[in-house]
Amino acid sequence: MIHSLFLINHSGDIFLEKHWKSVISRSVCDYFFEVKEKAVDPENVPPVLQTPHHYLISIYRGKLFFLSVVQTEVPPLFVIEFLHRVADTFQDYFGECSEGVIKDNLVTVYELLEEMLDNGFPLATESNVLKEMIRPPNILRSVVNTLTGGSNVGDTLPTGQLSNVPWRRAGVKYTNNEAYFDVVEEIDAILDKSGTTVFAEIQGVVEACVRLTGMPDLTLSFMNPRLLDDMSFHPCVRFKRWESERVLSFIPPDGNFTLMTYHVSSQNLVAIPVYVKQNINFFETGSCGRLDITIGPKQNMGKTVEGLMVTIHMPKVVLSANLTATQGNYTYDLTTKVLVWDIGKLNPQKLPNLRGSLSMQAGAPKPEENPSLNIDLKIQQLAISGLKVSRLDMYGEKYKPFKGVKYLTKAGKFQVRT
Amino acid sequence: GQHLNLISHLRNLKEMLESSKESLKLEAMKRIVGLIAKGKNASELFPAVVKNVASKNIELKKLVYVYLVRYAEEQQDLALLSISTFQRALKDPNQFIRASALRVLSSIRVPIIVPIMMLAIKEAAADLSPYVRKTSAHAIQKLFSLDADQKEQLIEVIEKLLKDKSTLVAGSVVMAFEEVCPDRIDLIHKNYRKLCNLLVDVEEWGQVVIISMLTRYARTQFTSPWKEVRGQSGEVMKAFYESDSEEKKGHTEEKPYIMDPDHRLLLRNTKPLLQSRNTAVVMSVAQLYWHLAPKHEVSIVTKSLVRLLRSHREVQYIVLQNIATMSIQRKGMFEPFMKSFYVRSTDATHIKTLKLEILTNLANEANISTILREFQTYVKSQDKAFAAATIQAIGRCATNISEVTDTCLNGLVLLLSNRDETVVAESVVVIKKLLQTQPTQHSEIIKHMAKLFDNITVPMARASILWLIGEYCERVPKIAPDVLRKMAKSFTAEEDIVKLQTVNLAAKLYLTNSKQTKLLTQYILNLGKYDQNYDIRDRTRFIRQLIVPSEKSGALNKYARRILLAPKPAPVLESSFKDRDRFQLGTLSHSLNSKATGYQELSDWPAVAPDQSVRNVEIIEASGSDSEEESSESEKTSSDSGKSSSGSEQSSSESELEQKKKKKTKKVPQKKSKPTAADRYSEIPAVCWSLRVTTSSFGPVKTYELLHHMTGKGLAAKYHFPRQPCLYQPSMVAVQVILSNSSDHSLEEIHIGDRSPASLSIHCFNTIERLEPEASVTVSMGIDFSDSTQAANFQLCTKEDQFSVSIQPAVGELLMPSSMTEQDFCKEQGKLQGMNETSATITMETANASSQAISKQVLSVANVGVVSSSQNNFSRFAGRTVSSGALVLVSLELKESSTALLTINTEKTVMASMLLRDIKQALTQA
Repeated sequence: MIHSLFLINHSGDIFLEKHWKSVISRSVCDYFFEVKEKAVDPENVPPVLQTPHHYLISIYRGKLFFLSVVQTEVPPLFVIEFLHRVADTFQDYFGECSEGVIKDNLVTVYELLEEMLDNGFPLATESNVLKEMIRPPNILRSVVNTLTGGSNVGDTLPTGQLSNVPWRRAGVKYTNNEAYFDVVEEIDAILDKSGTTVFAEIQGVVEACVRLTGMPDLTLSFMNPRLLDDMSFHPCVRFKRWESERVLSFIPPDGNFTLMTYHVSSQNLVAIPVYVKQNINFFETGSCGRLDITIGPKQNMGKTVEGLMVTIHMPKVVLSANLTATQGNYTYDLTTKVLVWDIGKLNPQKLPNLRGSLSMQAGAPKPEENPSLNIDLKIQQLAISGLKVSRLDMYGEKYKPFKGVKYLTKAGKFQVRT
Repeated sequence: GQHLNLISHLRNLKEMLESSKESLKLEAMKRIVGLIAKGKNASELFPAVVKNVASKNIELKKLVYVYLVRYAEEQQDLALLSISTFQRALKDPNQFIRASALRVLSSIRVPIIVPIMMLAIKEAAADLSPYVRKTSAHAIQKLFSLDADQKEQLIEVIEKLLKDKSTLVAGSVVMAFEEVCPDRIDLIHKNYRKLCNLLVDVEEWGQVVIISMLTRYARTQFTSPWKEVRGQSGEVMKAFYESDSEEKKGHTEEKPYIMDPDHRLLLRNTKPLLQSRNTAVVMSVAQLYWHLAPKHEVSIVTKSLVRLLRSHREVQYIVLQNIATMSIQRKGMFEPFMKSFYVRSTDATHIKTLKLEILTNLANEANISTILREFQTYVKSQDKAFAAATIQAIGRCATNISEVTDTCLNGLVLLLSNRDETVVAESVVVIKKLLQTQPTQHSEIIKHMAKLFDNITVPMARASILWLIGEYCERVPKIAPDVLRKMAKSFTAEEDIVKLQTVNLAAKLYLTNSKQTKLLTQYILNLGKYDQNYDIRDRTRFIRQLIVPSEKSGALNKYARRILLAPKPAPVLESSFKDRDRFQLGTLSHSLNSKATGYQELSDWPAVAPDQSVRNVEIIEASGSDSEEESSESEKTSSDSGKSSSGSEQSSSESELEQKKKKKTKKVPQKKSKPTAADRYSEIPAVCWSLRVTTSSFGPVKTYELLHHMTGKGLAAKYHFPRQPCLYQPSMVAVQVILSNSSDHSLEEIHIGDRSPASLSIHCFNTIERLEPEASVTVSMGIDFSDSTQAANFQLCTKEDQFSVSIQPAVGELLMPSSMTEQDFCKEQGKLQGMNETSATITMETANASSQAISKQVLSVANVGVVSSSQNNFSRFAGRTVSSGALVLVSLELKESSTALLTINTEKTVMASMLLRDIKQALTQA
């Protein structure tokens, strides 16, 4: 299926290649470079390309292109999903997925790629299984390894691959047994000029960090599972139990994982935590414009809105911005034309305001459209949909684990049109 | 310089490889792999590297494998040196070593070893370890790509592996099937039901491959489920409700079409996978439903597809492409989710275009005003290419929905005064197309465009205006000749398409208004005659012959007017995804809109279903029927609880539609458990999601850790209570200990040392003289706990070390089952009243309310025997303590609403209260 993989950095250098079948010359990437050149923005490169003899399927993550070469019909999502899984694995192993970190860990990366695919077909993609075979690097061990000539390759055999819970490694042991769940909800919204909601929905995810000894069997139940409209589960979740009882019953993988993602029923009204009053004007004459933005609290369930940030992609003709912020700082990047106003905590008594003038290229026509505002925000200890975890039970093990739940609401793709 | 550098570097590495130190070799191999990763040529080190193929160091060995696979093709002779190592490893007792040997051996692309590979694959396909069999399935594809002549033999192996019941093998062998012999559908028949049933437990990548293969299979074996629905008005919702009520009535008499139960099985077993976290799995189920499900069932995939739009950009791209194709045929599926396709300014261009495509497909009379309002925002976008695409989309909406044609046209005319040229040009082009559909009323717009003509420079737009004026020149009799005059002046400077349209305009005017334009036309035709472009020269020559009467032109000249000014059909504005449905959804070919290498056509439904009995499996296996019983049981309980929850659902505020959907989806599986279908499936060992876990992790045997290999310096010990009577002494509890050695050296003289309390009576196992690395051994011992849960502490010793360990029994393990009749039970219970009786009222988990579930839970915590009961609401269990033989009687009386009275009668009151606690806990849990 997947013939070869090339990792390509932002400036177009191939810094890693791996072939699972016979070797394909890296010149195949030239077709890709041609398209990339035309696309200007790397995000605009189409993920699927056709060349005379091969097909190129690529993803763009962390300023890197993961470019795979396939020769025959294959579901493109299969390859895309796998490439993202590779990037996730790097992230998991090295803390980030960047050119530097991959180059520093080239051998581990190569060993991982070797285990993840056999003849181009995914073999071991579960983090728990991989970690049994190839240990993630840490500073202490790499020092010890250089002194003793020890290795990162585990000497235990990957029995996880054979078990019927392949996502969990065997023989897990902790002195402190703990299970943490983060319920994170993101509000996707489009507001129009007048502040009316054009579109809004809530997407949630339950991230788990489970460090429990042995083979615990967990059951997580919600106070109001009916809120959940559509969801996807980690393979460990027993779907039948969910269908019949609306509880999440599972033997968890060891460590961090995404337990479920969900979409809140579209029947429910979505609370919009802030309102934005804005006025952006470009004048016909004088090559300048005015900008005035105020943000205030709206439906935030009595919680504090934090990490408030406004990002504006200005039209190309805007040369500079001369603004004053009553709270926080603003920056204007001249090359990317991005204005970022980092506000921080929202104080309902004293609403943050940003105003001032924009200067434009002399003689250029006034921009047709006002730029839209992208809002970022966080609300701690609140799931905006009202979803609540009611309890977590553990079976199969005797000890008493520490259990914790955290809620967080964030702005997802939250856009205000102007 | 760099080259020389590399050479000296390689020489250096060679020295390191030839050193005797492991660490140096490993370091050298790491650097070599680094070179390979960077695409540098390290092939000359081959002899030095291959020597290490049998190294004991696992990492070194793995790196050598990486090297070997990369360069074997170039260094075939040398590569042969390594083969014997792999042949030896293929016989290793450890399954992982066998598997990895086969993996590497089959990756060495050296034609001379084909017979060796073939032999190895055949042996591995019969291996006891499913992991090795999986590897052999992968090896099949590798060998096939190396030597296609082996096809027939390989098909035999595939046929054998297809029969495999392991979930580990299923995905890989279907992959091999798809690559080697996708046309041998006959191999699938007997395995069809098994694959359907295993599907949910196969790893996610295998699921994708199997689902796509089964889609193809189903299209050749079953008849079309679409016929009856097609006849209806085409309104999806209606079909949806109707079939719902029909099903209630019982569909056999009314419908001529009955779905093959195997067809239904596939649909039912793939549905849960819509909830997979793997986007490729979700997409493959969606395409399966699209190609195989009755029309009214396809919409269950909508939500999941919309969910995928939250994923990475690349995933969005593919999913949107597929939705675009689907939304042309089935607007109703995605219309409720229209807002999910609204464009954001931060979307990538290709995502924006796809969303626009879908919004246009979804437009209808009801939502068009919302969509047009949304489009107005897009037209103003800074991304001008996207703005232009939006104008095209508006044009399409205008032609498709006649109510809004005028509104759209007016909006587009307003855009003509836009500052941006691409927007104006695109508007002109679209207006031209729109006007063609209803030219009579729009001479004003044509005039307006003629006025704008001087300011428009985009060739396509200029050409469009010229064509419009020419076509409707009789409507703008004053303006048209004037435009021609201007064109005559600028003709030489125009682009080719503009020149062609100028010639056209001239010809049309010559025919309708020759008085004013004769000279102008001749002038233009003369310019065209000497143009550099031969198309224009050709056209000019043709037009001249056609319109200017001369001796040679003859007959055609009479028809010039009818040829040039014939009423022309309006162009149909179509989606670019219109004909994409010729490809199977979710495929690469669909994504590229051209047939990819190796694409397998999806066949049309057969008119008459082929023989259905080919899928029957004759042999009923003992183990199979066993698990089948359990699974049908679990299905029953799950559907039961499903019913009770649907009661509460009704009170919810969900819309009617939502509820119907839910009821419906629930109904489908229930229906299937009715006789006809069930009969046919009985022989298949069904493994279902919930069952797998309950048997494996909740079996009555719980294993406890006695000694962890970290603390035990490699010695690990686990124990469990086999619940057998102890052979050594009746007062002892039997304990089985599994000792295993996870160190790298063998352990000697494993035995039991000092114990505490000293009085503790233990029957030790015989000293184990020697335990090899990776080996494990099970020994049994007996411990007299004296009916107390106090831990038995003792020392587990090896030759060098002593480890203190302890076994703490759960109270339930201190009992032995005692068989008695109900009468005896009641009699004995009567003797153990008063302070010998402990009881508690408990609220049970609903799932535990059946007597079977109660027995299961009680037996999981206590080693007691079930006393057969004549009363339904009573469950009784009897046992004796192992050490003193005191009677322990457990009874459970079920009351209303899942409360129950739990009573324990025994003279051992301490044990009674502990046992009460354990049983209570077991029953209140799910």
